[in-house]
Amino acid sequence: MKTLLRNLGLLLIGLLLFQARAHAVLTIEITQGVEGALPLAVVPFSVAPGGAEPDTDISAVIGADLARSGRFRPLPPEDMLARPHDAAEVKYEDWRVLGMENLVVGRLEPNPDGSYEVRFQLLDVFRASQLLGYSITARPGELRRAAHYISDLIYEKLTGERGAFNTRIAYVTVQRPAKGETLFGLQVADSDGHNPQTILSSREPIMSPSWSPDGNRLAYVSFEGKRSAVYVQDVRTGQREQVTSSPGINGAPAWAPDGQRLALTLSKDGNPEIYVLYLYSKRLVRITNSLGIDTEPSWAPDGMSLVFTSDRGGTPQIYRAWLDGGRTQRLTFDGSYNASPDISRDGKRLAVVNGDGRSFHIAVQDLDSGVLQVVTDTPLDESPSFAPNGSMIIYATQSGGRGVLAATSVDGRVKQRLLLTEGEVREPTWSPFLQ
Amino acid sequence: MFLRIGKFVGTIVVGLSLLGLAGCQTTGGLGQGEEGAAVDEAGAMSGGADARGAAAGGRFSGAALDDPNSPLANRVFYFDFDSFMIKDEDRSIINAHGEFLAANPDAQVRLEGHADERGSREYNIALGERRANAVRQLLQLQGVAAGQIETVSYGEERPAGLGHDEQSWSLNRRVELIYTRR
Repeated sequence: MKTLLRNLGLLLIGLLLFQARAHAVLTIEITQGVEGALPLAVVPFSVAPGGAEPDTDISAVIGADLARSGRFRPLPPEDMLARPHDAAEVKYEDWRVLGMENLVVGRLEPNPDGSYEVRFQLLDVFRASQLLGYSITARPGELRRAAHYISDLIYEKLTGERGAFNTRIAYVTVQRPAKGETLFGLQVADSDGHNPQTILSSREPIMSPSWSPDGNRLAYVSFEGKRSAVYVQDVRTGQREQVTSSPGINGAPAWAPDGQRLALTLSKDGNPEIYVLYLYSKRLVRITNSLGIDTEPSWAPDGMSLVFTSDRGGTPQIYRAWLDGGRTQRLTFDGSYNASPDISRDGKRLAVVNGDGRSFHIAVQDLDSGVLQVVTDTPLDESPSFAPNGSMIIYATQSGGRGVLAATSVDGRVKQRLLLTEGEVREPTWSPFLQ
Repeated sequence: MFLRIGKFVGTIVVGLSLLGLAGCQTTGGLGQGEEGAAVDEAGAMSGGADARGAAAGGRFSGAALDDPNSPLANRVFYFDFDSFMIKDEDRSIINAHGEFLAANPDAQVRLEGHADERGSREYNIALGERRANAVRQLLQLQGVAAGQIETVSYGEERPAGLGHDEQSWSLNRRVELIYTRR
């Protein structure tokens, strides 16, 4: 592993965004790679004359996406012996001598209406054959999305698993511009940290963003009224609605897979309990009933049960409650502290914050076998959130005394850090697949 | 087509105004020695229950709440890790606030519960609420009406100390008592 790290160097992908309001530039650093990553070459795409200069280097974005997954090792363009843009131009021997297994070639051709035709082919170097070939129309400003989409197609073809590059993350930022002054922000960015947009700013805390299953809305907690309330906001239009502001805690919203219900925590009846709120009828159904703390609900993908954190047994542990009849089962037994559960989209795994009261790591529990595996080793990790394809978990950690985001493969073998240029970033949540 | 990227319309800026002030409301840490006198005084006032005129209440509140040597000047209470037990040394101070509030039914306080950064954020919101509720219960034992007390938990979201060590954590496990009306 050490050697591999040295070989990889610290593959540093600086992602700069020149946008007036974006203080928050995220840089992704792959801190731990994996042996056996597939060697592949993404040849820089050619740009046919006749259109505006594209604002995105598509092949660089694809290469960075594939490297970030930990499953691929893209060849640096300066090491390439040739730069073909079409399968017909490829001399496979050029790539065999470099040990490449796969090759991506492509080109951009401007259309009369100002959009681009993006053509690419994924080639098998040893069989000298085409695995994929697509042509995609993208308007200016859509080229990064097109690149992520192509990364998804390549990833799925080569791994058999759906790609999650063309997805987004939401997270909370904290800036302290002056002593005693704190600015909270709710941001949405591409899954590689690019293109961050602030959708809410406040001088009071913002917490616990949760995506709607169609990726169009976020539920979150805001203290802007000097106490907690849960809001639902349309990500595109910015329109929003306050959905609960009961006395006490209004927290931990989690969108049901059907998009019509929110699970959340309210303490209006004395202590924190889990409720399900029907968004259209505003009907509120209480799910838990214990003297302890019940909070942080997360839905099973079938919408039939919720997992949540409860200290009803003395220490915080994860429990599962079925909505039809109230059966409740304890799920975690390893460690004196398990909290902040997130269920993978296939329902097979549970990500949690696992600790002993002193240090807190991200752990993954197999829900069939009950086996829990700790996958991070930094001391103050929190807020795990699965990628929609279940391959990675994004979470919050501390680095250099401030809050940063990090991601790990579910087996802990691949790690990366997402660094914000200033301030802190926390509570990441990965979007569902986008339509 | 599939690549359509929606525009974010504007940024919503909320919650300007004084706010931040609540977070930096002072720590008292004063006047343990003076507490007997002030408590007696508060007791005397509450004794004149039916005579709780605006003038009397006003005079007392002005004096006691602004007197740095009064126990009422102490408005931050600290807690042990994962605990919501009020410490013995804070009990008499909270009782003094309770007597003051009972004697001044127009006065109102806000109890802000906080936690240190360890563990999950929503769980810490719940811990902060437990701490605020512990102080509220003690105030109510002194006869303070429920309507005089508002509680809110900020969990780990508004730390008093920004470090990542026990020194900061011990400052952050706290309840701040803030007079919103005197």
